Amino acid sequence: MIYLILAYEFFKIGLFSIGGGMATLPFLMDLTRKYDWFTVSELTNMVAISESTPGPVGINMATYAGYNAAGILGAIVATISLTAPAWIIIIMIAKFLENFSENANVKAAFYGIRPAVAALIGYAVWELLKIALVSAAEGKMEINLINAAVCIVTFALLQIKKLGKLHPLVWIAAGACIGIVLKM
Amino acid sequence: MKTKKVLDLYVSFFKIGGLTFGGGLAMLPMLQREVVQKHHWCTEEELLDIYAIGQCTPGIIAVNTATYVGYQQAGFLGSVSGTLGMISPSLIIICLVASILQNFIHMPVVLHALAGIRIVVCALMLNTVFTMAKKGIIDKLGAAVFLIAFVLACFTPVPTALVIILAGLTGIIAKHFERRRAA
Repeated sequence: MIYLILAYEFFKIGLFSIGGGMATLPFLMDLTRKYDWFTVSELTNMVAISESTPGPVGINMATYAGYNAAGILGAIVATISLTAPAWIIIIMIAKFLENFSENANVKAAFYGIRPAVAALIGYAVWELLKIALVSAAEGKMEINLINAAVCIVTFALLQIKKLGKLHPLVWIAAGACIGIVLKM
Repeated sequence: MKTKKVLDLYVSFFKIGGLTFGGGLAMLPMLQREVVQKHHWCTEEELLDIYAIGQCTPGIIAVNTATYVGYQQAGFLGSVSGTLGMISPSLIIICLVASILQNFIHMPVVLHALAGIRIVVCALMLNTVFTMAKKGIIDKLGAAVFLIAFVLACFTPVPTALVIILAGLTGIIAKHFERRRAA
């Protein structure tokens, strides 16, 4: 039964996540609210591991989410379901449509979709930030200042052209070291 | 002959998936080497066209490229084999990492490392959002769509998929009126 739900949810994600791997993030965030497959903080771990292992990030995240929900078979079901809609659409385009990406309506739709995708991912990141930066000790919410400082410094460093081009893996390794040294 | 090609497609895309970190543009150099230079499955220009299609169709761009090239080279079976080749390394590696991590996740040093990683990942993703917003928002309408989508996601239970559909329709309608005004 869980495999059917996984297949349905990831088929839907595959159909509506447009614009690369990170576009799946808002949908995975939705899943944390609907099912108890993984928590928001586990989702951040999944993003980190998906970015630091080979393979497309979107596929890695789906595999990881499926694995967390229902083991290896869950991983296979989630990953294949994620790719199924694109597979159908691409074959149709390859067969029937020439110059699909030059089509005026397709271009117009993407003119609207691009900012929306940025906003949806922005919202998902906002949720992840809340988990990473706010500690809720004894029911009191307070911002963990050290975490916030690390986040702001990292973001600032990323704006320096040369550093921004470094592979995410380098940043993630640095994050692990900082976490261990500061006992976060 | 065809069986060999189907197998070649699987092996090539397995290599591409297993040896590149991060999808999308990060995969382009590896694709060029395997698909254009080694196997001559398509030309440089065709590869960029396929990329453009991959960017404006749902799904993961790298996988869409594998499906497209596979289909053009060996039809239905080719598309299946290319797609499976691209996702196989992820399945193997992620399942391994996830099962290993489960055994170590209770060690303090792993917990500290993950906490540090989570914060850096937030900064990385925030950076991605800024880049996407800069590229995607090119005029006032784009800014409006961005704000409305953000508010909808934050404060209403509107499904993410519906936001995407509405944004696409907004784009089509806006461009339609623009063309009519110009005509």
